[in-house]
Amino acid sequence: MQLDLRLPIGLMFGVLGLLLAGYGLLSDPAVYDVSLGINVNMWTGLGMLAFAAVMLGGAWLSSRKNT
Amino acid sequence: MRSNMHLHGVDYAIIALYFAFVLGIGAALKRFMKTSLDFFESGRSLAAWITGLAFISANLGAQEVIGMAASGAKYGIMTSHFYWVGAIPAMIFVGVFMMPFYYGSRAHSVPEYLRLRFDEKTRALNAVSFAVMTLFSSGISMYVMGRLFQLLLGWDINVSIVVAAVVVLVYILLGGLTSSIYNEVLQFFLIVFGFLPLVFVGLLNAGGWTGLQARLSTVATDAGYAAGAWTQSWQHMGSPAANPMGVEWFGMAMGLGFVLSFGYWCTDFLVIQRAMAARSMNAARLTPLLAAIPKMFFPFLVILPGMIAIAILPKTAFVFNGATDYNMAMPLMLQKFYPPGLLGLGLTALVASFMSGMAGNVTAFNTVWTYDIYKPYLRHNGTDAHYMWMGRMATVFGTLASVATAYVAMQFGNIMDLLQLVFSFINAPLFATFLLGMFWARATANGAFWGLISGTLAASVHYLLTGVGAAGLSTFHAYPSDMAQNFWGAIWAWSACFVVTIVISLATTPRRSEELKGLVYSLTPRIRDGGQAWYKRPAVLAVVVGVLTILLNIYFW
Repeated sequence: MQLDLRLPIGLMFGVLGLLLAGYGLLSDPAVYDVSLGINVNMWTGLGMLAFAAVMLGGAWLSSRKNT
Repeated sequence: MRSNMHLHGVDYAIIALYFAFVLGIGAALKRFMKTSLDFFESGRSLAAWITGLAFISANLGAQEVIGMAASGAKYGIMTSHFYWVGAIPAMIFVGVFMMPFYYGSRAHSVPEYLRLRFDEKTRALNAVSFAVMTLFSSGISMYVMGRLFQLLLGWDINVSIVVAAVVVLVYILLGGLTSSIYNEVLQFFLIVFGFLPLVFVGLLNAGGWTGLQARLSTVATDAGYAAGAWTQSWQHMGSPAANPMGVEWFGMAMGLGFVLSFGYWCTDFLVIQRAMAARSMNAARLTPLLAAIPKMFFPFLVILPGMIAIAILPKTAFVFNGATDYNMAMPLMLQKFYPPGLLGLGLTALVASFMSGMAGNVTAFNTVWTYDIYKPYLRHNGTDAHYMWMGRMATVFGTLASVATAYVAMQFGNIMDLLQLVFSFINAPLFATFLLGMFWARATANGAFWGLISGTLAASVHYLLTGVGAAGLSTFHAYPSDMAQNFWGAIWAWSACFVVTIVISLATTPRRSEELKGLVYSLTPRIRDGGQAWYKRPAVLAVVVGVLTILLNIYFW
């Protein structure tokens, strides 16, 4: 019996994703001059949220199967 | 560095979040640490994807992230040989052919396998040298981390070292090997999310792969090489003078691709320990094979940023205190392309790889210390709880020794270079011993022991008798580069070990075949994995990984 690793991974990237995507939405567009005008924070944040959803979804499905 | 990076609140928030989760995972794992099996081997209960990602992450310390980007700037796409030649073939081999003996023998560690297969003295030699080397690499990695953050961010080096040591210590004490493995998986994903946007934006800036090729051809011709020297991995390996690494294809394929790579991936307990924590024989065998899939694409994540850096930044950007330092390629790229937010994420990925590199070394050390040194030689009849306590003590000692090493490295850089050289002499012959041990039942304990000693001697003698360039010490032979000398030294060491082991084995009495069951290929029943789904069969995965690697080599030929 172990802690399902997908839970902490999903939680961490969920929180990180919210933080980055939120910061991306609220920050001054001028800070993205360095990244060629692309809002890299928002896109990376969204990517993390999708990844977190997959991890948490997988953990939820397998915990349902086991009980 | 002329201007330090400036971090914003959001960057600190990301770093803080990472620390909170790392310690949180340790705390959540505490209740699962009931026996020494849980603490040292994760109860042999982990899924293959977890041990697989840990398998490559344990090796992917930040030194590698920084160093691979540096080599990308210095040598170009040829650096990918460290992956497509110097890692994947060995990972396939260990998964398909060697894991059955490591996992199946029920040994706790790689040195313990040597005791089962050969004898006590061979194990002692391997265990002691491994334990010492592990602590040193952990200490050196701490020192490199402290210095990097001092240079980049102006953080105090003492604070960096102590904070990293305390966090690693706490999470290993709480969750043992599982903590270390879970954090390695976390680090893997942090590296992917932290560096993928950098590669994307960097490539866009350089005009895609074709734009990058055009810019790098100028870099190559300026340095006096053919235009494709930075973007073609094999075409310029006919002679060492034609490529910036100064190595020819044979030395590369045999020295790196065979001796060094198989010696590391197939015998180093740091990585093998991850596979041995898997929940079944099949999962253990799948561990390196699953690991090979992301591993083969890592060059795009860690080497490409270095190539982009040398292509788009002026040469003066790499000059620090009057000397060119390509190790700054990755940090320079982060600074150039990352806004607040992603900058914090990129740095967190670096912090994570430093810490998990240390944690990997400390967990490998505490296991080898407890099972291969303390238990056989100091206290044989302890209870399980006693050995678990000893594992925790070894964790504390290992962390303290790493910190001490970091400070020694800070004061005496030359001693560290010398030690790393000696370690390379010790490691070079190892694969010959394991190869003969696992696949030749006639190999004897005395053969293995003296073979190892001869291999190390051969490597030392080779080093003393050869030099690099015109400035060789005592030059029976001058190699065109350090790398060529290193690769050829490994080839000599391996060959000496191989030959001496065979000769002495033939002259000594072999063990009876019944005693070698499960330890030697010809005396062990074959594993049938026909019952598994096709994608869970090691052989199928090995072929897929092998073909993909060959295609990558051809594409970047």
